[in-house]
Amino acid sequence: MSASHEVGDFQTAQTLETFGFLPKLTQQEVYDQIEYLIANGWTPAIEHEHTSRSANHYWTMWKLPFFGEQDLNAVVAEIDACHRAYPDHHVRLIGYDNYAQSQGVCFVVHEGRT
Amino acid sequence: MASKAYDAGVKEYRDMYWTPDYVPLDTDLLACFKCTGQPGVPREEVAAAVAAESSTGTWSTVWSELLTDLEYYKGRAYRIEDVPGDSESFYAFVAYPIDLFEEGSIVNVLTSLVGNVFGFKALKHLRLEDIRFPIAYIKTCGGPPAGIQVERDRLNKYGRPMLGATIKPKLGLSAKNYGRAVYECLRGGLDLTKDDENVNSQPFMRWRDRFEFVAEAIQKAEQETGERKGHYLNVTAPTPEDMYERAEFAKELGMPIIMHDFLTGGFTANTGLANWCRKNSMLLHIHRAMHAVIDRHPKHGIHFRVLAKCLRLSGGDHLHTGTVVGKLEGDRASTLGYVDQLRESFVPEDRSRGVFFDQDWGSMPGVFAVASGGIHVWHMPALVTIFGDDSVLQFGGGTQGHPWGNAAGAAANRVALEASVKARNQGREIEKEGRDILTEAAKSSPELAIALETWKEIKFEFETVDKLDVA
Repeated sequence: MSASHEVGDFQTAQTLETFGFLPKLTQQEVYDQIEYLIANGWTPAIEHEHTSRSANHYWTMWKLPFFGEQDLNAVVAEIDACHRAYPDHHVRLIGYDNYAQSQGVCFVVHEGRT
Repeated sequence: MASKAYDAGVKEYRDMYWTPDYVPLDTDLLACFKCTGQPGVPREEVAAAVAAESSTGTWSTVWSELLTDLEYYKGRAYRIEDVPGDSESFYAFVAYPIDLFEEGSIVNVLTSLVGNVFGFKALKHLRLEDIRFPIAYIKTCGGPPAGIQVERDRLNKYGRPMLGATIKPKLGLSAKNYGRAVYECLRGGLDLTKDDENVNSQPFMRWRDRFEFVAEAIQKAEQETGERKGHYLNVTAPTPEDMYERAEFAKELGMPIIMHDFLTGGFTANTGLANWCRKNSMLLHIHRAMHAVIDRHPKHGIHFRVLAKCLRLSGGDHLHTGTVVGKLEGDRASTLGYVDQLRESFVPEDRSRGVFFDQDWGSMPGVFAVASGGIHVWHMPALVTIFGDDSVLQFGGGTQGHPWGNAAGAAANRVALEASVKARNQGREIEKEGRDILTEAAKSSPELAIALETWKEIKFEFETVDKLDVA
């Protein structure tokens, strides 16, 4: 058994599902995930929501899903625009998989201020 | 037919049930048996006997046969094949007309196909290797109460496998202490925790007490993490009435998922419970206690791929499949063969995976494959590669054995999982680069660093008992 002074204290954190336990993704890492999403033929989409309502299934859509979008930079620009418009909100990136009728990718890119 | 005369006595089975020219219908239920006959009995006679005894046949001719059209109802042995690398056994393929089976009844199908025939004296061993269910029959079965897609939406889990753990010690905790263990796992980053299969309602922890404390644990963890959480409340019970009472209480507490043992509980109970779950928006986790009794012997019993197909039809949203890691390639191929049967809408014949028939599942929802038992954080990259996103990876000892406790153990696994998924999406070969990926991730997670240190020496490398048949 470990002596008590060696045992760390694990603090519960608000983690908001996939990638919530990793350090905030770098710009390049976000690029990589968008590239993966597009390579799978999925549709990028952006959603945002105030932190007090983030437990709901539905967040507010930023515009419409970007059907047919193949350009990484266009997606990044939309994420940035959404974040600028709603700086207090969580912003998440989604990859809609229309074959599985599910989301192949979904993670929070910007965490809102609580 | 009316011209037939009654001829009392014992006939050769092959006269009626060996039909090598028969072309199976799309509506036939097809089965592949691995047969090991008694010495001296011709293969055709053995195959015909299996077809007869699992359908319309009896050892002696009876006069009342002539009141019906047995040519329509009989099972037919239509093909015989060598088993690669085994001169003693052979495969017999049998076609059964769909009208032999009650609609939506896995119980009825199994009672015929693996009933009396398995004790038949002309056989030394018999194993049901695979069943091709016709789409017409599949359409009569309820299947998973929710399915993969609906469960992901309800639980808000996307783009990765889900993470779970069975609460330990498996027996003996009080309800309140048990709920504590659940809470610690969930706040640390697990999505789901699980009752051990033999936790039902024993004197040390009655089911109602367990359900109440677990419900509080889940609510608290959800509030604090902002994530959706669940615990498989085991409703396996001595009677169906007890089972439904427990399920109703789980629903009353607002719980998202319950669990059942489909083989010890039986297919009648399982199908009924799956129907209840569908009606009550409850997810259903399925454990498989007793499967090894049935599926482990390579020449006798029922292969797990058949049990897995039966479960998908009877109903369940999760099914345990084994973990594969540390085992042989053949076992991996075989496991992936039946994992496909759980999740895909069409699975083509592929002998290299032990799949004997094309199987069309139509619109039947998919079942999450559950990998559980003896796995730890070092296995994570391999597990993500093998099982993909539509799986639940369950680390019991690998979570709760962490030197800092359950929450830190959970966090270590969650970091390892997300680092593996992130790297996979970046195009890295995570099974090969596993060590680098985990070591890198541990730099920002002391919990993972300690977990990597704790479990670095443990390996599980036993040869599998039941291998795929290859020359």
